Amino acid sequence: MNADGMTPWRLLRGALCILVAVYLLAPLVVVVIISFSSASFLQFPPPGLSLRWYAQLLSTPAWTNALLVSVKLLVPSSILATLMGTAAAYALVRGRIPGATVIMACLMLPIVVPGMITAAALFGVYRGMGLNGTLTGLVIGHTVLSLPYVVATVASALRVQDARLEQAASTLGAPPWTAFRRITLPLILPAVLSSLLLAAILSFDELIVSLFVSSARVRPVAVQMWSNLLGDFDPTIAAIATVCFGFALLVLIADLALRAGRGLRLA
Amino acid sequence: MTNVLELSGVQKRYDAVVAVDALDLSLRSGEFLTLLGPSGSGKTTTLMMVAGLQQPDAGTITLNGASVAKLPPYRRDIGMVFQHYALFPHMTVRRNVAFPLEMRGVSKTEALRLVDEALQLVGLPDHGDRLPKQLSGGQQQRVALARAMVYRPALLLMDEPLGALDRKLREQLQLEIKRVHQERGISVLYVTHDQEEALTMSDRIAVFNQGRIEQIGSPEELYDRPATRFVAGFIGDTNFLSGKVLAVSDGRCEIETPAGRLQARATQGLLVGASASVAVRPERVVPAASAALRGTITDVIFLGTSRKYVVRLKDGTECVVLRPANEAALGARGSEVELGWAPAHATAFRDG
Ligand SMILES: Nc1ncnc2c1ncn2[C@@H]1O[C@H](COP(=O)(O)OP(=O)(O)OP(=O)(O)O)[C@@H](O)[C@H]1O
Ligand SMILES: [Mg+2]
Repeated sequence: MNADGMTPWRLLRGALCILVAVYLLAPLVVVVIISFSSASFLQFPPPGLSLRWYAQLLSTPAWTNALLVSVKLLVPSSILATLMGTAAAYALVRGRIPGATVIMACLMLPIVVPGMITAAALFGVYRGMGLNGTLTGLVIGHTVLSLPYVVATVASALRVQDARLEQAASTLGAPPWTAFRRITLPLILPAVLSSLLLAAILSFDELIVSLFVSSARVRPVAVQMWSNLLGDFDPTIAAIATVCFGFALLVLIADLALRAGRGLRLA
Repeated sequence: MTNVLELSGVQKRYDAVVAVDALDLSLRSGEFLTLLGPSGSGKTTTLMMVAGLQQPDAGTITLNGASVAKLPPYRRDIGMVFQHYALFPHMTVRRNVAFPLEMRGVSKTEALRLVDEALQLVGLPDHGDRLPKQLSGGQQQRVALARAMVYRPALLLMDEPLGALDRKLREQLQLEIKRVHQERGISVLYVTHDQEEALTMSDRIAVFNQGRIEQIGSPEELYDRPATRFVAGFIGDTNFLSGKVLAVSDGRCEIETPAGRLQARATQGLLVGASASVAVRPERVVPAASAALRGTITDVIFLGTSRKYVVRLKDGTECVVLRPANEAALGARGSEVELGWAPAHATAFRDG
C-alpha cells in the first residue's frame, strides 16, 4: 500500500482484511502451537515446548497405520479421478455428445448430494459386493467424490482453450490422439495437475464416506482423528492436525509453483 | 486440365439454418479461386467441409478425383490457414512449422531444411526460436502460412487470412500470398468478404449469397458482366435505375425509366412489361450528345486520379459518374449534363 493512498476507506478496508485473516488463521495457529506443547493435556498457551507429541504420533501404531492407509488411498484415488475426470471433461466439451449438459450435471451430483447420502448409498452398494472395510472400497468412494472437481476444473480449462488449435493440428496431419497429446494436453496440463492435487487433499480430508466404508483395520487419518476425538484426547491430535495442515500447505505451494513456473515459461 | 477439387450438390444444415445449399464448385489445378460473400453466406462452412472438419449432409466432395467422404482431415493432405492463425502457443515458430513434417515422418535434417526454406519464403528467417505471442499479427499470419505450405499440400485453404490486419499489411501479404501461389504452383481456395481483395488476387471468384453461389467467373466477368443484381451490387460501385422492360432480343434489351429510355445487356428472366433495374458502373457513364439521360450536377469530388460527379436525374434519382482527372471536367456544380453509355456496359436485371 502506498502512502498517498491512505484514505480512511483504505485503512478500514485494510483493517477488515486483517481481521478476516486473523479470524481464519487464529484457530490454526493455536493448534500448531499446541502440537509443540510440553503439557499432557490441551492447554493454551502451552507451559513449554517439546516434540513429545510427534514422537507419540510416530510410536502409536494406530496413527502410523492410519497415515499409511491415507497415502495408499489418496494416491490411487486422486490419479484415477484425474484420469477419468479429464477424459470425461474432454469428451463432454469437445465431443458432439447428445445430452452432454445432462451428463455433466450428473457428474456434478456428488458435490450437490449431502455427503451422508452418498456415503450411505456406497455402503449399501458395497454390502452386496463385500467392499466395505476394504481399501478398494475406499478408493472407489474417494474417486467418485473427487471426480466432479476434476471434471469442472478441466472442463473450464478446455472451454477457454481455442478448439481450432486441434482442428489445425488435424488438418496438418495429426490423428485425434496425437492432436490431444501434443496440443491439447500441454495447454490444459496446469488444470490437470491442479485437479490432481485437489483430489489428493480431498481424499486426505474426507471423513463421512470413510467413516461408513472403513474398518478398524483399514482406517484413514481422518477417521482415526474422529474416533480419537470421541475418546479422551491429548495434544497428539494437534500434532496430527498439524501434519494434515502441513500436507495441505505443501500441495498449495506445489500448485502455486506449478502455475508460476508455467507462467515464466510462456512469458 | 484436371480438377484438384470438386463439390457437387453439397448441402450443410445446422438445425433449421441451411448454411450451404446445392453447391457445385470445381477448382482447377494451380488455380486461385476465391469464395466471396457477405457474413453468414456459408464460406467458412464450405471450407470446413473440404478440410473434413464438417461433414456435408448431402452431395459429394472429391479431391484429385477420389471421394473424400470417408477420409478424416488428417489424411486429406490439405493445408489450411485459419482466420485467427491457430498457431500452437506452446511451441516455437520453428516447431509450429515443423509440426506437419513431423506428422509425416520426415527426417529431422530434412525437416529443418524445409522449415528454414518455408520461413525464408514468408520473410521470417530469423524468427524460428520465438513463441507465437512474441510476434506481431502479420508475422503470426505468415507463420501460419508457412506451416500450411511447408509440406507442399496440393491444395491450400485460407479462411479470411488477412481479416485482422491493417490495410498496409494486408496489401503486402496479398502480394506475398500471390507470389507464393505462383512460385509453388499450389491450388488455392481463398475466402474473403473483401471484394477488392478478391478482385486483385483471384483467377476466378465465386460469389456466395445465403448458402448458394450466385455467379462464378473471372474478376473481369463478374465486374463487367454480373449475372445477378446481387453480384452487381456486391462487387464494385454501381448505379441502379429501375423501370419497365420495353423489348428483349438477342441478349439486349430496352428499359423505360422515369429518367429516360435505356439500353442494356439482358440477363435471364426479363419479361416485356415487367419491372427491371439497369446497373451501370460509374466509370462507364460518359458525356453523350444524343443522350438518353439528362441531369444536374449536385456534387463534384476530387479523388486524385479521378473526379466523382453526383448527378441528379430529372426524375430525382442520383447517378454517380467517375471520370479520369486528366479528362476535361464534366461540368461544375449546378451545370446541366447529358449522359449515356455503350449498351454492352450496362446490365438489366429482373426485379424481385
Ligand atoms: N456451428 C454452427 N452451428 C450453427 N449454425 C452455424 C454454425 N456454423 C455456422 N452456422 C450458420 O451457418 C451459416 C453460414 O455460416 P458460415 O460460418 O459458413 O458463414 P461465413 O460465410 O463464413 O460468414 P463470415 O464471413 O461471417 O465468416 C450462418 O447462418 C451461421 O449462423
Ligand atoms: Mg467465416
